[in-house]
Amino acid sequence: MPSHDVLIIGAGLAGQRAAVAAADAGVSVAILSKVHPVRSHSVSAAGGINAAISVTDDWRSHAYDTVKGSDFLGDQDAIEVMCSEAPDEVMHLEHIGVTFHRNDDGELDLRAFGGASIKRTAYVADITGQAILHVLYEQLMKYHETVDRYEEWFTTSLLIDEDGKCVGCVARDIRTGAMETFTAKNVILASGGAGQCYKPTTNALICTADGIAQAYHVGAPLMDMEMVQYHPTTLVENGFLITEGARGEGAHLLNADGDRFMEKYAPNKMELASRDVVSRAEQTEINEGRGVGEDGSGIYLDITVVPRKRVHEALREIVNIGKDFAGVDITSEPILIRPGQHYIMGGVKTDIDGATPVAGLYAAGEVACVSVHGGNRLGANSLLDTLIFGRRSGEHAARRAKTMSMPSTTDVQVRRDEQQIAAIIAREKEGRRISEIKDELGLVMNRSVAVYRDEAGLQEAHEVVTRLKEESLSAYVDDRGAVFNQDVLGAIELGYMLDAAECTVVAAIERKESRGAQFRTDFPERNDDDYMRHINTTKNGDAPHVSYTPVTITQWQPEERKY
Amino acid sequence: MADTRKPAQDFTLRIRRYDPESGEAPYWDEHTINLEPHRSVLEGILQARGRFDGSIGIRCSCKAAICGSCGVRVNGQAGLACHTHLDAALKSSRDGVIEVEPMGNMPIIKDLVVDMDAVHWKKIRRVTPWLLAQDPLPEREHIVPREAMVDVTQSMACIQCGACVSDCLSMEVDPLFVGPAALAKAYRFVGDPRDSQQFERLKDLAEDPHGMYDCTHCFKCIEACPKGVAPMNQIMRLRRRAGGDHHIEDRNNGFNHEHAFVKNIRRNGLLHENDLLTDSFGGKASPKAAMFLAKSLPVITRALLRRKATLKVALGHPHKAPKDVKRIFDVVEGRPERYDLNLYITGYDEEQSGAEEPNVGAIAGGGEDGQAIPSAPGASPKGAS
Repeated sequence: MPSHDVLIIGAGLAGQRAAVAAADAGVSVAILSKVHPVRSHSVSAAGGINAAISVTDDWRSHAYDTVKGSDFLGDQDAIEVMCSEAPDEVMHLEHIGVTFHRNDDGELDLRAFGGASIKRTAYVADITGQAILHVLYEQLMKYHETVDRYEEWFTTSLLIDEDGKCVGCVARDIRTGAMETFTAKNVILASGGAGQCYKPTTNALICTADGIAQAYHVGAPLMDMEMVQYHPTTLVENGFLITEGARGEGAHLLNADGDRFMEKYAPNKMELASRDVVSRAEQTEINEGRGVGEDGSGIYLDITVVPRKRVHEALREIVNIGKDFAGVDITSEPILIRPGQHYIMGGVKTDIDGATPVAGLYAAGEVACVSVHGGNRLGANSLLDTLIFGRRSGEHAARRAKTMSMPSTTDVQVRRDEQQIAAIIAREKEGRRISEIKDELGLVMNRSVAVYRDEAGLQEAHEVVTRLKEESLSAYVDDRGAVFNQDVLGAIELGYMLDAAECTVVAAIERKESRGAQFRTDFPERNDDDYMRHINTTKNGDAPHVSYTPVTITQWQPEERKY
Repeated sequence: MADTRKPAQDFTLRIRRYDPESGEAPYWDEHTINLEPHRSVLEGILQARGRFDGSIGIRCSCKAAICGSCGVRVNGQAGLACHTHLDAALKSSRDGVIEVEPMGNMPIIKDLVVDMDAVHWKKIRRVTPWLLAQDPLPEREHIVPREAMVDVTQSMACIQCGACVSDCLSMEVDPLFVGPAALAKAYRFVGDPRDSQQFERLKDLAEDPHGMYDCTHCFKCIEACPKGVAPMNQIMRLRRRAGGDHHIEDRNNGFNHEHAFVKNIRRNGLLHENDLLTDSFGGKASPKAAMFLAKSLPVITRALLRRKATLKVALGHPHKAPKDVKRIFDVVEGRPERYDLNLYITGYDEEQSGAEEPNVGAIAGGGEDGQAIPSAPGASPKGAS
């Protein structure tokens, strides 16, 4: 039975950064992931990473932009930590080998990004996430003697001892089907977001709310789950992401009349207003009949205004995506986009060291809610979030590990999980197919818990999710084998997604105001008196229990938000 | 370029299945799916899995050719399932049915899932795949040329999908060959001005009998690579740096042979084979050349007997290089710096848009690299125009 000081679940940027940080602190580390680490969804992050490294910049400016971007729902102590530590973190990445692009003087080049008052986004072409993820994996290979890697292991549940402390997890070796108990002094959840609750989404198939649901099941509160980011530029065709870097490089948004409509909504920042603002503007244009494309459900993103040479050097990936997936040469014609689900600002509630209210359980990255993003995340702040709080979690967990002895665990839970999986495999072919339930969930979430929301739509979504939860219990699988049985894992993931979706809908119903990504057409104003608070959902029997926690304000009082 | 206007139609997929628990041999399984022709083979497989058979095994995640999970062979050609359009796959199919198989050169775990760790990742680990930076580190970032970082971004763009490993012919013959993906990874450090161990890395890979000289320029990896990394080009750049910049002797004399060609053309204009052999081994006076000449006598004799060569041509100097040849050498050697063809750097000129097509550019680049001139190998389209 493997036992480690620090066990990390998920091997994207947050998880890998936590692993290296914990190993540097001299404790034993394991990192476990349901996919090979370089397949993690961090690989898709395109545009870059924010840090006030320019001599004309100041981390306080970055912090203020982030607070404003969050629509004053972000916790300012956490934002201060993230922004002040950002320059050192980016230099660290550069030192371990990330191939950040340079300016003509050989220094790190910076590009413009949404909601930022100055150019502060370091980048590697438009594969920044991939470049950082692969370099971190290089480090994991380098650290092979101090970090044990469990690649393609699927976590089925977290282990909680009698005192309520987290002491490990149960996981299944996907390759053999064998179940194992992992004992650990500390567990860091770094297993990403919940994008697959939506259809379409820019998120990968693996983003199925695993860590969010696992934490929820052991009593950890989920915070701000209603805050779901719609990215302004996703392909109408199939929901693929077109990086904000395109607008950072100067691309325009055009409606059916050929107007740069952002003039009306954000006269100062135009296309580079924060994402919730741009997505709402696009949706308004579409709803009011000024959309483009066959059914008027799209907006034109015009990249032809960016010099061709620059596009090929800095936006190569979207040249390929345009060509391969939309049939458009983006250097010579505009491409059809619309807002699409992209990120969840909410997640497992943590403090600035990544610690959740459950002792021994940490969370970092998209699975967590510190909260640095509040109601809306700025582009290029997510990579930063994963690295800063991944590192801090790793360091803090390592410190905690040094003060305690290895907990003892039994095989009760591994037997229970084993039986549950056997029961899923043994289900009669009477219920619905898993893919059917998943599709219905995705479509209702994208219809009713999207850019614009109202009570009726949210109530409908709630009813659908509740019904689907029931139906998922009898959904059957075809694969009866042990080796690489992805079918049965899909059934477990469906349960995770439904838990996360339920909390999202419940929190969205609870927040009767419009702030950041939550825009209620029935409550179109921000209401600081009643709702400048975090909404927490905690498992209470079979349904989420709602509670509130205050927003931490240090130096920036709420003000009207204009771009 | 994908055509997004056509309506959904039926496609039949013939998927190679293997269940290691059954004790049965692999078999073919057919499913008919309904999708628009520009959708991917992966979407087709996912539809078959969702609607008909949840037990079809395939790794997949991003669906957008960036996570590198879904490497397979479609109609025999390795690539990403998510990056292969159904209409293109139908066109390349033998009998109107799209064949999907697991990648080659790696053991199969189940259906389309192969053991990447046993082959691909093992080889990646072979090349010390992390930056060995100078000590001490600078306080801020390393100051490096702008182009240098754009340059290594091409090999950094590798998503470790294994398609090149799957189709590598050298690896099929010599399973110990370090291989295209790992050698491209090696170039990512050798080409990175921040790395302090470039000589050691090159020497290591030059001396390994399964190292950089095990590649036979078959272009298979360039064809298979979905990201334009062009692994073979990176291997050629490793060789150029090893032989040209670091004077590391190569095991099969390829670098000197290349030099001999250049010298020969400069002198003769047309190839004069007699000198080629001796020049490749350090000139007529070199003992190595004599040894190789002795070893080659049977071949030479056969050539003479079959009148492929005559004594007159072999011993005399029938050609003299015309002035135009000298001019080409002057232009190429007169350049202040070496141009290495790189997809991220090419396409500077508006009128050179053809060179921006990743695969076209990659293959053209490979061709130039294959017959590279030591002092100015792989001239960029800009330089050539």
